[in-house]
Amino acid sequence: MPVAHTVSAYDDELRWLVRRLSEMGGIGEGMVADSVQALVNADMALAQRVISEDLLLDVAEREIYDRAVLIIAKRQPMAQDLREIIGSIRIASDLERVGDLGKNIAKRVIAVHTMAQPKKLVRGLEHLAELALTQLKEVLDAFATRSPELATSIRERDEEIDAIYTSLFRELLTYMMEDPRNITACTHLLFCAKNIERIGDHATNIAETVYYVATGDQMSSDRPKDDDTANVIATSPGD
Amino acid sequence: MTELPLPVKAAKVNARNVQVYYGQNHAIKDVNIDIPSESVTAFIGPSGCGKSTFLRCLNRMNDTIVGCRVEGRIEIDGEDIYDRRVDPVQLRAKVGMVFQKPNPFPKSIYDNVAYGPKIHGLTRTKAELDEVVEQSLHKAALWNEVKDRLAAPGTGLSGGQQQRLCIARAIATSPEVLLMDEPCSALDPIATAQVEELISELRNQYTVIIVTHSMQQAARVSQRTAMFHMGIVVEEGPTDKMFTNPDDRRTQDYITGRFG
Ligand SMILES: Nc1ncnc2c1ncn2[C@@H]1O[C@H](COP(=O)(O)OP(=O)(O)OP(=O)(O)O)[C@@H](O)[C@H]1O
Ligand SMILES: [Mg+2]
Repeated sequence: MPVAHTVSAYDDELRWLVRRLSEMGGIGEGMVADSVQALVNADMALAQRVISEDLLLDVAEREIYDRAVLIIAKRQPMAQDLREIIGSIRIASDLERVGDLGKNIAKRVIAVHTMAQPKKLVRGLEHLAELALTQLKEVLDAFATRSPELATSIRERDEEIDAIYTSLFRELLTYMMEDPRNITACTHLLFCAKNIERIGDHATNIAETVYYVATGDQMSSDRPKDDDTANVIATSPGD
Repeated sequence: MTELPLPVKAAKVNARNVQVYYGQNHAIKDVNIDIPSESVTAFIGPSGCGKSTFLRCLNRMNDTIVGCRVEGRIEIDGEDIYDRRVDPVQLRAKVGMVFQKPNPFPKSIYDNVAYGPKIHGLTRTKAELDEVVEQSLHKAALWNEVKDRLAAPGTGLSGGQQQRLCIARAIATSPEVLLMDEPCSALDPIATAQVEELISELRNQYTVIIVTHSMQQAARVSQRTAMFHMGIVVEEGPTDKMFTNPDDRRTQDYITGRFG
């Protein structure tokens, strides 16, 4: 933040928003990392913890909304301050969604473990999660430092996540065709992969918000494409 | 040398290299600005930065201040208003003003409003004049409060009522340009809303320039905003941009409440 406001309580209020958001970011990151660990290690206790942590994000999001509305009513913010507050509201809802997606992965842990998973698939999923988590970490850094450059590079890297997700999608499809008994677990894994891909999208949303907060301009709209799975067709392994 | 702003289409007022001195005090320093017609332009900036001084240049009110010297060129409709042939009294009928401090004449409420139309011969009959007075008081959101005591002295009104009386007086001559120096500073939120409504109505026909310390008011009523600081215009542009993403650090600090 630049020079202090003449009214110091205003600065305290804005700082509160930033602090609460970075707390949310920390919780969200932890939930995603833990949910993937729970999935990989079939760790039910960890999955349970992730599920219960989601409440913290819901509460934080609502708190941020309430405070932001109060600041707007009280201070009638302008320019950078206004963008900062609107940005906080948007980022809070992206982080809340990240929590939901982590929780959803955790909920699938039981179902997935009805089958022994091929190492390769699990590693693919872990790799996808690593990328999404890196995006999430970096976008929180970009927010903390209000860096439009970092925000731009984060959005560009989303393509990588989409590519890996698409290849994972193909692999899961192949396993399902090889043995229909895999279908239940693979479908859950597919949702997990999709959830992770969506977490990457939320990181991208946050990057766009950070860019707007920092510069007052919207990032150019030629955004990298979405996932490619809409065009993937099942071909039997023999083909 | 500062870069001249591009001429705005249908500019009503053009100011070029305007300097104002109060004795040794150089209060306005090389101001260049174009004010478009049929729009509202807001002047903002910290106290003492020269907003009122510059506003007074536009209807030659500074002429009446001893020791005040104005240099540069100010045109309205392409005509130099400081030309020797221009009659300042005629100019002020065309360029009306609402002052920062309400200054009703020591006359009745009716006469305060009727004064301008009378001396400029804008009405022919008493009925016409009555009509102008009533309309002007309506527009200034004062009619209901004074309709039963039009003969009472204007100075007997409350501060906020006096301010609205001065607005009624200023608009009674249907000026082409209306200069408003903090017209709402003494008004409650309801009267403020009514005056803002009046301003947006006036904008369809006239050129309105408003000085205000309320950033929200400037953002609400104006299409363009100029930021003054220590006698210079540091930034001028579309209001939407000025209040969401200004270019100048000083504008940013001022509108966000960071000026020390
Ligand atoms: N009548 C005057 N005689 C001498 N100096 C004056 C006069 N009017 C204004 N000044 C000086 O000119 C400078 C600009 O004053 P001005 O009244 O134009 O500021 P302003 O922006 O309207 O401030 P405010 O927001 O407080 O009304 C100040 O330094 C002030 O002291
Ligand atoms: Mg003033």
